[in-house]
Amino acid sequence: MTVAPAPATTPEALPAIKHDYLPILLPVALSALALPFVGNPITWVTLTVAALAMGMMIFVIASGLTLVFGLMDVLNFGHGAFIAVGAYLALSVLGLLSGWVQVDSLGWNLMALGLAVSVAMIGTGLLGWAFERVIVKPVYGQHLKQILITMGGLIVAEQLIHVIWGGDQKAMALPTALRGAVLIGDVAIEKFRILAVAVGFVVFAAMLLVLNRTRIGLLIRAGVENAEMVEALGYRIRRLFVGVFAVGSALAGLGGVMWALYRETLTAAIGGDVMVLVFIVIIIGGLGSVGGCFIGAILVAMMANYTAFLLPKVALASNILLMVAILMWRPQGLYPVAKR
Amino acid sequence: MAEPLLTLAGVHTHIGQYHILQGVDLVLPRGGMTVLLGRNGAGKTTTLRTVMGLWKPSRGTVTFDGRPIGGVPTPDIAQAGIAYVPETMAVFSDLTVAENMILAARSGPIDTARLDWIFSLFPALKKFWQFPAGVLSGGQKQMLAIARAIAEPRTLLLIDEPTKGIAPAIIEAMITAFAELKRETTILLVEQNFRFAASLGDHVAVMDDGRIVHRGAMADLARDEALQQRLLGLSLDTHQ
Ligand SMILES: Nc1ncnc2c1ncn2[C@@H]1O[C@H](COP(=O)(O)OP(=O)(O)OP(=O)(O)O)[C@@H](O)[C@H]1O
Ligand SMILES: [Mg+2]
Repeated sequence: MTVAPAPATTPEALPAIKHDYLPILLPVALSALALPFVGNPITWVTLTVAALAMGMMIFVIASGLTLVFGLMDVLNFGHGAFIAVGAYLALSVLGLLSGWVQVDSLGWNLMALGLAVSVAMIGTGLLGWAFERVIVKPVYGQHLKQILITMGGLIVAEQLIHVIWGGDQKAMALPTALRGAVLIGDVAIEKFRILAVAVGFVVFAAMLLVLNRTRIGLLIRAGVENAEMVEALGYRIRRLFVGVFAVGSALAGLGGVMWALYRETLTAAIGGDVMVLVFIVIIIGGLGSVGGCFIGAILVAMMANYTAFLLPKVALASNILLMVAILMWRPQGLYPVAKR
Repeated sequence: MAEPLLTLAGVHTHIGQYHILQGVDLVLPRGGMTVLLGRNGAGKTTTLRTVMGLWKPSRGTVTFDGRPIGGVPTPDIAQAGIAYVPETMAVFSDLTVAENMILAARSGPIDTARLDWIFSLFPALKKFWQFPAGVLSGGQKQMLAIARAIAEPRTLLLIDEPTKGIAPAIIEAMITAFAELKRETTILLVEQNFRFAASLGDHVAVMDDGRIVHRGAMADLARDEALQQRLLGLSLDTHQ
């Protein structure tokens, strides 16, 4: 994109821009804190890698939702539907490509996965677009109705999944070459977790690039701050919003495929469990903040994995405690978004 | 007489159940500056927001450049050539000054000559070009909000109380800037600072209780202290 030329700076002193790195240290601190409790370093590495993988999946699912809220204050409780639909679409594609999935060749396996993910993302992206037009658009600005109608949409979507794919639990097998672990020293790291972390980082980097380096991205960031002013500058925020909604839905579809492969099973309610964590993440991160969402996702996943190992009974409660603690420190979340 | 640039005829605006504008009649000739005066809560901001399409008029007509714009979506109104500097300034604080300006220039990069002209009006923007707008002082944010409105030539500028809470030195810079601006475009300025308004305005309209109660030449009002007293009372003096 074109940027107006930067003028020569004057010699006078300029104020330093304060970068807020504190939240970035939190996951580091949390993992360091967990080490003595876990005791065994190898177990600790395994848990931490598992947490990073899970965190990336949650991030991929949550990132679109936080922008959807930031841009138009829309509370979408139906986001879980895209997780499920994405996973089922991938299940069907992987079923058709079973030859590519079962052969012990990373290339063919990734090709099958790539196709499955593409179909899942295109499908959920289109579904998201339709969902926005039909279900969300009539209730802009009405929070209670948004909650009710998007939850209704979620229920309808789950029933449709039952009709199309059947109500039974499905097995979602990992492609052959992605099963098992690689040994790094004494530590076994599951291959799929490495892939999940890589996908999460790619999505995060792509989002940062778009948000910071493109005109559309600037409009999204500006719109999250003050949608009305973006309109007063002559841009149609609603058109932007539909696009963000569709992309966010496609990302939820991607996250759904990853989540189903991670758990290796699939039901229409797959979105439900993860959505609790997703909502905690976007609140912790600061509604509308993609960076906050990224760190929040890692924190929540760490908390879930460490406590599942140390104190399995309080795994979910620990994340609610984490949310309370962070909101006591920063009531607007880790990276509060300036609002009009 | 030439066709006016902006006409409000019998405009009523409701905000929720509140009846705020109660038949506003306002005519803006092409060129020059019209100042909209009135005490707090008179409906000045609501008038600008109604022109901008941020509130929909419940009755009456708004005509801009011969085209009815009442009830038209805000982005279309902006694209028709109206720029808006809200009372809250509404700079995007997470974006840099440069990025704020990039978004303001809808049709592409701002050409160098225009950018230099804007920098000559508001030098602070050059200094803070790559800084997040959030670090600017109140006066600098106001300059950015105005600069955004003039990033590209527009037919009409709506500017809401630019001097509110702004240091005197910056107000002087603003007087210079507006004096230049009103030569290239038409300005509707809401103002409570009468000295500022009188030094720049060509025409004046005074609002009270959601209606226009006086319209005329600024020079006439500036000369007539009795009329000032009757229309504006003491409320304006507190802003001097
Ligand atoms: N969002 C709103 N909801 C309800 N009432 C509002 C709203 N905005 C403005 N009003 C009311 O409308 C009336 C006119 O407000 P407006 O902001 O247009 O006045 P103003 O002339 O700009 O005043 P000021 O000089 O204080 O800026 C006031 O009584 C105000 O309380
Ligand atoms: Mg006002």
